[in-house]
Amino acid sequence: MIKLNTPVSEKDIEMLRVGEKVLFTGTIYTARDQAHLRLIEEKNPAFDLKGSVIYYVGPSPKKDGFAIGASGPTSSYRMDKLSPPLMERGLKVMIGKGDRSEEFRKEMIKNKAVYLIATGGAGALLSSKIKKCDLLMYEDLGAEAVYKLEVDEFPCFVAYDIYGNSIFSKS
Amino acid sequence: MRNIDVAEVTKIVRDSVIKINHHLGNSLVSLIKKAKENERKEISKSILDDILNNQEIAKEGNIPLCQDTGMVVVYLEIGREISLNGSIYDAINEGVRQGYSEGYLRKSVVDHPFDRKNTKDNTPAVIHTTITEGSKIKLKIASKGGGSENMSKVTMLTPTEGIEGVKKLVLDTIKYAGGKPCPPIIVGIGIGGNLEKSAIIAKESLLRDLNDEASDPIINKLEKDLYNEINMLDIGPMGVGGDTTCLAVKINYYPMHIAALPVAINIQCHSARHTEVII
Repeated sequence: MIKLNTPVSEKDIEMLRVGEKVLFTGTIYTARDQAHLRLIEEKNPAFDLKGSVIYYVGPSPKKDGFAIGASGPTSSYRMDKLSPPLMERGLKVMIGKGDRSEEFRKEMIKNKAVYLIATGGAGALLSSKIKKCDLLMYEDLGAEAVYKLEVDEFPCFVAYDIYGNSIFSKS
Repeated sequence: MRNIDVAEVTKIVRDSVIKINHHLGNSLVSLIKKAKENERKEISKSILDDILNNQEIAKEGNIPLCQDTGMVVVYLEIGREISLNGSIYDAINEGVRQGYSEGYLRKSVVDHPFDRKNTKDNTPAVIHTTITEGSKIKLKIASKGGGSENMSKVTMLTPTEGIEGVKKLVLDTIKYAGGKPCPPIIVGIGIGGNLEKSAIIAKESLLRDLNDEASDPIINKLEKDLYNEINMLDIGPMGVGGDTTCLAVKINYYPMHIAALPVAINIQCHSARHTEVII
């Protein structure tokens, strides 16, 4: 198990190997399909993409006494074509669920970034690792807006590393 | 005639959508526990453990199991001796509206394929209606998530492709889906009818009791064979490999045209949220 603080460095990325459990602590950002489309066009995003971690999630509404609603990952493949422009601008870690395209993997390795998965459907469990949630960009997108999350030992598994390995079974 | 106040339907739908999104059914939890005991791969076991812990946390906090609290599907059976004092469809949608707002559930429905404006109350529900004998109303209510639904499909096979054709199609579909629909999955299959009927009965098969088996011997055997073959695919929880790819296979069938063998495969994630209420 590896504990990583955000933002992440190239050294951190080089250390990660497929199947390894990683606990992230620090700031991560949410973005799904629509937010990606807008971030690609954005000249001055409200956060620094360099070394950043993007989590593919659209949380459910929060209840009083909680930092956020249920917050499990959404399927990553929908962002396959939208990720490269952000990786080119410094995005280093993407967290979601499920396998992704060959093209994505090539771009990911080229940009020295990694893809991790969190347990899909474990929205209640994962929300307990999120200590703070602030709306950052695109309020009109609702659950699909960009939120800034403060996480404490947020658990993921390395799914694709920069050495070309994959966690997913070959079938 | 039996008079039923549609407000009663609203209350049932409201309470049901909250309950199913906060609490996983006991028979499903038992199946996941059993799968965890039998799972040999360490990382897969730990994912199954996450899923079990997740449902405990959701139950204790009365919070949703998953952030994708789905689009509501209702299989509605109305006895013909019933008189209603209003629109039952409006009543169901009002129940969805109230439940999704009061239960802190995510509103995941957009109004248009391209404008994609959120309807902000998770309506409308998708409702399938059947008129039955007697004076009861049965509502089978499900919150169906988008990830597993996206990996579902309908295919028009030809009759001579037979059982082997169906098996190949199911296995190929599940292989293609991999980790995307949040395995371990439950596989609902509808065979027969026509294009839309196969899909309607496939989804309905997912609402059957998890321990219930098909009564027809050929279908029963196909359910069991597919269950075993799917679990040999080594897709595993979240696609990371292992012994646990599916928790159950359910098949419903319907008569069909001499020229046709329609097959619908509706994939359900491990967070199978549905209930049945009789009024």
